[in-house]
Amino acid sequence: MEVGQMRRQWLDYTRSLFLEGFLDAQFMQLQQLQDDNNPDFVVEVVSLFFEDSERLLKDLTFALDQNAVDFKKVDAHVHQLKGSSSSIGAQRVKNACIPFRNFCEEQNTDACLRCLQQVKQEYCLVKNKLETLFRLEQQIVAAGGSIPMVELTQLSF
Amino acid sequence: MESCNCIDPQVPADDLLMKYQYISDFFIALAYFSIPLELIYFVKKSAVFPYRWVLVQFGAFIVLCGATHLINLWTFRIHSRTVAVVMTTAKVLTAVVSCATALMLVHIIPDLLSVKTRELFLKNKAAELDREVGLIRTQEETGRHVRMLTHEIRSTLDRHTILKTTLVELGRTLALEECALWMPTRTGLELQLSYTLRQQNPVGYNVPINLPVINEVFSSNRAVKISPNCPVARLRPYAGKFMPGPVVAVRVPLLHLSNFQIYDWPEVSTRNYALMVLVLPSDSARQWHVHELELVEVVADQVAVALSHAAILEESTRARDQLMEQNVALDLARREAETAIRARNDFLAVMNHEMRTPMHAVIALSSLLQETDLTAEQRLMVETILKSSNLLATLINDVLDLSRLEDGSLQLEAATFNLHSLFREVLNLIKPVASVKKLSLTSHLASDLPMYVIGDEKRLMQTILNVVGNAVKFSKEGFISITAFVAKPESFRDARIPDFLPVPSDSHFYLRVQVKDSGSGINPQDIPKLFTKFAQNQSLTTRYPAGSGLGLAICRRFVNLMEGHIWIESEGIGKGCTVTFIVKLGIPDRSNDFKLPFVTKVPGNHGSTNFTGLKVLVMDDNGVSRSVTKGLLMHLGCDVTTASSSDECLRAVSLEHGVVFMDVCTGLDGYELAVRIHEKFTKHQDRPLIVALTGNTKKMTKENCMRVGMDGLILKPVSVDKMRGVLSELLERRVLFENV
Repeated sequence: MEVGQMRRQWLDYTRSLFLEGFLDAQFMQLQQLQDDNNPDFVVEVVSLFFEDSERLLKDLTFALDQNAVDFKKVDAHVHQLKGSSSSIGAQRVKNACIPFRNFCEEQNTDACLRCLQQVKQEYCLVKNKLETLFRLEQQIVAAGGSIPMVELTQLSF
Repeated sequence: MESCNCIDPQVPADDLLMKYQYISDFFIALAYFSIPLELIYFVKKSAVFPYRWVLVQFGAFIVLCGATHLINLWTFRIHSRTVAVVMTTAKVLTAVVSCATALMLVHIIPDLLSVKTRELFLKNKAAELDREVGLIRTQEETGRHVRMLTHEIRSTLDRHTILKTTLVELGRTLALEECALWMPTRTGLELQLSYTLRQQNPVGYNVPINLPVINEVFSSNRAVKISPNCPVARLRPYAGKFMPGPVVAVRVPLLHLSNFQIYDWPEVSTRNYALMVLVLPSDSARQWHVHELELVEVVADQVAVALSHAAILEESTRARDQLMEQNVALDLARREAETAIRARNDFLAVMNHEMRTPMHAVIALSSLLQETDLTAEQRLMVETILKSSNLLATLINDVLDLSRLEDGSLQLEAATFNLHSLFREVLNLIKPVASVKKLSLTSHLASDLPMYVIGDEKRLMQTILNVVGNAVKFSKEGFISITAFVAKPESFRDARIPDFLPVPSDSHFYLRVQVKDSGSGINPQDIPKLFTKFAQNQSLTTRYPAGSGLGLAICRRFVNLMEGHIWIESEGIGKGCTVTFIVKLGIPDRSNDFKLPFVTKVPGNHGSTNFTGLKVLVMDDNGVSRSVTKGLLMHLGCDVTTASSSDECLRAVSLEHGVVFMDVCTGLDGYELAVRIHEKFTKHQDRPLIVALTGNTKKMTKENCMRVGMDGLILKPVSVDKMRGVLSELLERRVLFENV
């Protein structure tokens, strides 16, 4: 498949991610920060996010599994997760964290568990999507093309 | 004794007779001797007498005859032989000479006679020459008079003076009894006595112009002798049988400027003549001489020329005065126009400011409102308010633009934008209004319409909005339909705009947009007026009850600037209306199809955009956030150090750091940290600025930050541009608290 086609594919995919709400404007900011001095910035940050999130999710699962749930700790973790996901623009993950925090305040374990499920689900989804995206990017780069820049206004309706 | 007569014997008988003979002979001899002497004397006196020789001969003859007679005296007595010899000799000589003389006389008498003839001839010639000299002298004198008259006449450019002078000088030169000028009246049907020599104020006689005598004078350019009894010659009330002298009349052409054609200068093609009448003194028995007539003719011509010059001068003076008046009027008008323009500009400037201030408040507060917690519905409302206010602000700008449009100083921007989303946005803006009026709003974008185009997005949107807005405004029911497609040249032989042929190329195409409504329609005759700025047709009050008429004029200007056309069609009142416009838009470069430029909304204060060397400390316990913030700041060129805890931050912070960004949304006590940093650098003037980064939009946060002495608060998420602006402002003002 030639470069032009791949680029179009990448663009369409990115567009769909935004359309479906997986990513928001913050992700584009990250893309902006990627330059010649920092060619793999996005990948690095996203990888960091993956690491961080996985750790947090593990901790959350562990914490909520306890009999005496330490809601403060849970809240702290969720807060972190929310922060990370918002930093990279993983919108759905961030949105899933918000009710989670509310339920933490309410100290509602069941609801928290449900939220955790939700968060995990969202996280998996976004992880897959991002990985696919990066694969596409690698293909383009390998074929000698450059990754297109995406404009914000085209995504708002 | 009677045989020989010559030798008389000495007869003393006839002594008396002899005595008488003796005396006679003596006297004859005397005469004979004196005549030649006289002749010689006179010949000597006269140098020119040609026949001297003849006179000499004659003299000789006479002398000899005298001698003979003298010698005869001695022959009365007895004489000696010598006397006889002498006598004979004398006689012989006399005979010879007299014969010779006789012969000579025959020869010269014809000559003498012819001399006489020649003399007569010469005398005649002399008489003739005399006559001619007399004539020449007269002529020369006439010429002198004419020159003098002309000089007098031409020395002035005043009509009246010219005419008066003419009459006076003519009167003097020719010793006239009376001289008068008859001018044609305004109607051209009569001649009026305008000037006379002797009378000071001529009574206004009028004579009709069609008199035969007048026609006779006018038909020839010579001075014509006329009868003293004709009406024009009756210049003064003559009492009794007073007989006026011989009268001459001549025409004076009244030339106009248009008569001075090079080719028919001698042919005076004007029908406008005045009549000059000259009367000789009645008691002088003078007659009009030819040279006098000639003088009059020449003077008449000169007068004509002088009058024309005077007329031209009058004309040009009048024209000059008129021009001066016009100049003054123009000057005044210009100054008035300038004043009006200045007034308009002042008005615009003031109104602009007055209009902008509340607009600014609305926009600012709406965008502030947008940042707060809102329900989705509220947010939608606020967004619409914001969009509409922005639009209004743009419209206000356009009032300024319009004056710039007039000056021709407006230039369209050219940027790439999404055409489809532009239409979508128009629809979104109009939909609420349309649905309130229960109008159905449909749009159809052709499939071959490019997504991205190059052009002036703002003004195109304005144009479409204006047109669609009008359609909605003036339709009480029914539908509004918007169609947009690429204009093809074949479909374009449009009678409406015959010179316009949209030819697309690789770099641009022509967008055709048609807005149809089922509203109140327009009378086709009023359509041309619609595009006129501020024109409001009274019959259109149903259609434009409160419209200022500015919108369509601006639209047309924009469309024209985009090298297009806009027009309205309507079948009549109540039959709806279709507005169509075509504009030229650029097609983005194919090779850069996917590398779309960023529409960067650069904040107002750029300040320093180069932050190289600025040392920054980022404190955030969330690794991802920390990386993102670090990446952001590094992208802006800062030298970034990171810390993941307060202690680490305290340890790392130094005077080299310009700014410390700390995240305060985590459980870490950012506030405490801030206080401790203050303490660390309390003695130093230029301690690093402490800025809080938070996603927390609670009011308390801002107050807390300010309380602990933080220099700034920024809300997450932070874009590159935002960070850039923040850094510039921080470095400039040393404080920045974003509105929470």
